[in-house]
Amino acid sequence: MSKKLLLKDAHIEGIRYFETYRKQGGYTAAEKALKMTPEEILEEVKTSGLRGRGGAGFPTGMKWSFLAKPEGVPRHLVVNADESEPGTFKDRYLMEYLPHLLIEGMLISSFVLGSNVSYIYIRGEYSWIPDILEEAIEEAKAAGFLGKNILGTGFDCEIYVQRGGGAYICGEETALLESLEGKRGNPRLKPPFPAVKGLWERPTVVNNVESIAAIVPIIDITGAEYAKIGVGRSTGTKLISACGNINKPGVYEIDMTITVEEFIYSDEYCGGIKDGKKLKACIPGGSSVPIVPANLLLRTVNGEPRYMNYESLADGGFATGTMMGSGGFIVLDEDQCIVEHTMTLARFYHHESCGQCTPCREGTGWMHKILKKIEKGEGKMEDIDLLWDIQRKIEGNTICPLGDAAAWPVAAAIRHFRDEFEWHVKNPELSQTQNYGLAHYADPIPAVENNA
Amino acid sequence: MSETIAFKPESLEQVHKIITRYPEGRQKSALLPVLHLAQKEFGGWLDVPVMDYVAELLSIKPIEVYEVATFYTMFNMKPVGKYVLEVCRTGPCMVCGSEKILDHIRTKLNIKDGETTEDGMFTLKPAECLGACGYAPMLQLGKFFHENLTIEKVDEILDLCRQGQVALD
Repeated sequence: MSKKLLLKDAHIEGIRYFETYRKQGGYTAAEKALKMTPEEILEEVKTSGLRGRGGAGFPTGMKWSFLAKPEGVPRHLVVNADESEPGTFKDRYLMEYLPHLLIEGMLISSFVLGSNVSYIYIRGEYSWIPDILEEAIEEAKAAGFLGKNILGTGFDCEIYVQRGGGAYICGEETALLESLEGKRGNPRLKPPFPAVKGLWERPTVVNNVESIAAIVPIIDITGAEYAKIGVGRSTGTKLISACGNINKPGVYEIDMTITVEEFIYSDEYCGGIKDGKKLKACIPGGSSVPIVPANLLLRTVNGEPRYMNYESLADGGFATGTMMGSGGFIVLDEDQCIVEHTMTLARFYHHESCGQCTPCREGTGWMHKILKKIEKGEGKMEDIDLLWDIQRKIEGNTICPLGDAAAWPVAAAIRHFRDEFEWHVKNPELSQTQNYGLAHYADPIPAVENNA
Repeated sequence: MSETIAFKPESLEQVHKIITRYPEGRQKSALLPVLHLAQKEFGGWLDVPVMDYVAELLSIKPIEVYEVATFYTMFNMKPVGKYVLEVCRTGPCMVCGSEKILDHIRTKLNIKDGETTEDGMFTLKPAECLGACGYAPMLQLGKFFHENLTIEKVDEILDLCRQGQVALD
């Protein structure tokens, strides 16, 4: 069983309220941290090896150390709660059930960064969660953990919640800052990075909800102990939000030492594929990371078990492997049509493109149209090559990573499931009456059979 | 600006409170929260006079409000029904049958995507990922998510809406 650091108390009734959270040892990490110096805490975070849990996996301690500290200029911590990546719903769970864990993590992080006013930018559609967070903030303030002169240390900190307006692009840190400034969520050119010029041109750190929540157990058990959990550079625990054709969708905390096969098939986690069907493919890190067929997902190219961690999932790079990403784990069974699924993702990226860069603005819509055509059985063979060509021209050619996020799902789908695209082209009549390209899909998926 | 447009006193108080979250001179940052408030108070959508009113409140130009309001999908630029059914249809929701849910609603209410029923009761808005992937298929109604939907559950929700028994806020 994986060690639980973030969700260990999630099952306790009333844990979202200060009193219960406090009884479970809540805010003792904050008390401990406020007796340390910001430099000492930063060292603990660096020692922990914590990597940003939003998707990019950049070391959090290093990110914090980049923060510019000019005299007399306010600095800010902004928590990125704009969770909008298809397949990813882990931060919602944390905010809904453990709001004080986030608030406590923000207090410690704000102290390290010297942020007296910190913000939580939450996607607008999570419209009931700001009430939960604001209630928790008020409780923390009443108990002396927020506001002026916290615990007599002389440190002041206010936390505010800001609701977005429904735009996936605002999950990109500079677009998020633009939105927080009351503008369209158009990403900014980098450099300057937010650590130098962020919110209102002030030095700013933008961190994911899970990353900030993880600061609490790091201080609690020390960075060195946190680093002992997990494996290699995948230290600590990771929240995985599992969905799709599985028996037990939900949010799981893993210590990154378990295999992908165990995660999908064991009762402790996903509980296997729904209705006893076969595993066809999976997107293990949110919709933008490359889809992989079952055989490559469960085993590396060398035939070794693949593990649920940053390094193992990325083994082989984009050619064969995939990425840990945000931990949004989308499982597809044998009945799913890869073309249709990819088409919905292309529609999503087209809809969510901010329209600033031509390759993204035009390319995502073009990809969606072609995929729709192929899925309906109205495509031609050359459309598949055109699709490949368009995604290559989007990747790496936009201001922000949304272009890559839109291109990778299409590239991986064609790379691994080209036969399915061709089936749609060759069988136009069947394509119009059946949703599935799987009629001619016959991967033996050996690892699954072995497991059964 | 229309003279009849004005927030209720308690909402206006809330607007002033929101502005204090930001440094002096940065009141434009309050735009999204204030637009959410305005949409809720002024009939579920943002017409030009309402946006002009918001601009005046925040001491910014009307164009600054228009360009933001039209960028974000949560702001309605035309009148909507009392109940806006936002059905997620991306990736995981599609895998779990969102298209069947959408088809059922289209047929049952006899409306297409983006349309409102003649009685002004329902508007259908397909949505792109609402962060409920583990509880798919789902729809958002006002402030709340309705998850793990079946056709029967959708029928029940629509009936309860007609009886005014579904909470929006």
